[in-house]
Amino acid sequence: MLGFYYDKTFEGLLCAVFDAFKLKKMPECLLTADDVVPLLLSESHQVEYRNSKYERVYTALQKKLSPIALNQLLFTWLSELPESDLIIFRYICKVFKSNSPIETDFGDPDVLAVHDIAKKVNKEKHHIQQFVRFNSIQNPASDIDEKIYFAVIEPIYNALPLTTRFFKDRYADQKWAIYDEKRQYGYFYNLEKLEQISLNEDDHLIVDNKINQDYLTDDEKRFQTMWYRYCNALTIKERINPKLQRQNMPKRFWHHLPEMQGK
Amino acid sequence: MIQDKMISKLEILAESAKYDISCASSGTSRSNKNKGIGSASRCGICHSFTADGRCVSLLKIMLTNYCMFDCAYCINRQSNDIPRAGFTPKELADLTIEFYRRNYIEGLFLSSGIVRSADHTMEKMIRVVKILRQEYHFNGYIHMKAIPGASNELIREAGLLVDRMSVNLEIPTERNLKLLAPDKDHQTIYQPMRHIQQNLLENIEDRKKLKSTPKFVPAGQSTQVIIGATDETDNQILQLTAKLYKRPSMKRVYYSGFIPVNSYDKRLPILQEVPRVRENRLYQADWLLRFYDFNVDEIVNDDHPDLDLTVDPKLSWAIRNPQFFPVDINRDSYRKILRVPGIGVKSAKLIVMARRHRKLNIEALKRIGVVLKRAQFFIVCHEMRTFKLLDSSAEYIRLSLQDQPLIEINKDPIPQQLVMGW
Repeated sequence: MLGFYYDKTFEGLLCAVFDAFKLKKMPECLLTADDVVPLLLSESHQVEYRNSKYERVYTALQKKLSPIALNQLLFTWLSELPESDLIIFRYICKVFKSNSPIETDFGDPDVLAVHDIAKKVNKEKHHIQQFVRFNSIQNPASDIDEKIYFAVIEPIYNALPLTTRFFKDRYADQKWAIYDEKRQYGYFYNLEKLEQISLNEDDHLIVDNKINQDYLTDDEKRFQTMWYRYCNALTIKERINPKLQRQNMPKRFWHHLPEMQGK
Repeated sequence: MIQDKMISKLEILAESAKYDISCASSGTSRSNKNKGIGSASRCGICHSFTADGRCVSLLKIMLTNYCMFDCAYCINRQSNDIPRAGFTPKELADLTIEFYRRNYIEGLFLSSGIVRSADHTMEKMIRVVKILRQEYHFNGYIHMKAIPGASNELIREAGLLVDRMSVNLEIPTERNLKLLAPDKDHQTIYQPMRHIQQNLLENIEDRKKLKSTPKFVPAGQSTQVIIGATDETDNQILQLTAKLYKRPSMKRVYYSGFIPVNSYDKRLPILQEVPRVRENRLYQADWLLRFYDFNVDEIVNDDHPDLDLTVDPKLSWAIRNPQFFPVDINRDSYRKILRVPGIGVKSAKLIVMARRHRKLNIEALKRIGVVLKRAQFFIVCHEMRTFKLLDSSAEYIRLSLQDQPLIEINKDPIPQQLVMGW
């Protein structure tokens, strides 16, 4: 069995495609340096990252794929699912080998898999837009009184980068930050542009996966209480249906929703 | 102290607003303007779900729940002894902004009890919206109730500020409306609906001449009917719906299963339970009208005045119309494929795209997401040329596919050749 070692980046994956066509050899598995060597690995190849290789594959893809399909590949990559890199790899190889466009060939397992995984990641993107809850906090990095709307999320797929444009457009007149606690990075919007951030451990801004209550501004608790009581008042008792509620709003999000505290 | 008062007001006015089903925030796409606050997303966003499973997208609230009307089905009727409250326009606008900044909501759904007169109420509601749009430069979604009997001028003014307006029909026939809501008649309800429609059509013409003309209710209008409070058949309800959807501005009709909020009123029926299944079937029929290109007479008619509660309306239609099948997945048109039970809009689209590349077999259909349990009776495809419906009686299909199946389907549902046991 032939395996390719690469650096586990999207750009690196495209370089692997380049090498495969150059060597005229198709790998059966994709590996990184930390992976346990598979039992049946008989031959391996180290993919070197070169910007020129990446760009050549990417430009060729842009020519052969619609923007929608190209986006689907990126979404599939962000799923971080164990086999997703190999699926993307096989998909791209099929694109280059075929004379006609393959992106709507949903009878092909790889084409359908990319479509389905992209759909799941897109759903998670939508979940973030739905369930992000901003808490107004004092900026820990500033001595002056400065309010930041801060949210913590733990998405199953790495979908946060897909949502920043939406939040930047919607909340253009407030400073906000969203932090992916699972992947330990986030984005901060400072009224002008977005910055990628990672938190300073010493600030203890997040304690037990939750925003440290000491940082909340004075009126924050009040609005959370109002929202909690509002959602309760809105419930029609004669129609209680917890299953439907969980279906629409999976439990994994409840931790960060003020309206679901203690439920 | 002031804070407690705000919270109890919020609770009272949410309680009063909750029986309005609509909470959609869809239909408008608008990006932020001049670095202000807010945007609108075309497909809408639900930010939370209450314990009854309904979505919370907008801050659904009444400006006040004092009301001079006495409608039998309404919690806020004048003769009810419930806590009453009211917001000032500024209070409500401030609250909307604070909730919006925290990503709790997409915007505001403003309704109100009728105080003094329709015009007076409407003017107060417009004040809230004006503060939001003009003082706070709020660019999010606003849905506003049009008060029956309000003047055309006020409807015009409101419509230029909000995304959607709605007037609730509540009771589908005039006779029953008169019985339950003596203060209302269909004339006063249809009139604001017509005003909204006329203004919208004029606005479209104006915008052709001058592009910068502000849009009038860009997300159209919606309405709601109560199901099960009166004796209308599904046929009557759906005929009404179909007529409403013919109007270009009508985007949604909501069906609200009757909840006996005023059980003391003897004009109302005594129901043990909210008619949820019937409500669900009506929504399914509504979807068939809007997205599946069905004609209302195909779903309900004088021979079938009510929807079948045991199977969904699409399957019910298919069983009644065996001459339409089999549908050949690899050959027939999109419209025909869309009519197969177990195939939705998404899978139908995937099928017509995918079949250009290769002939689709059962395995491919399964992967695409077709519900074969249903579809198998109505299709032929590659490697499955024999048509099952011919062998299966309509009764068999119905019994095996209804909500609580009486017949256990063969565990391996797709044998190559099927011989029925009777």
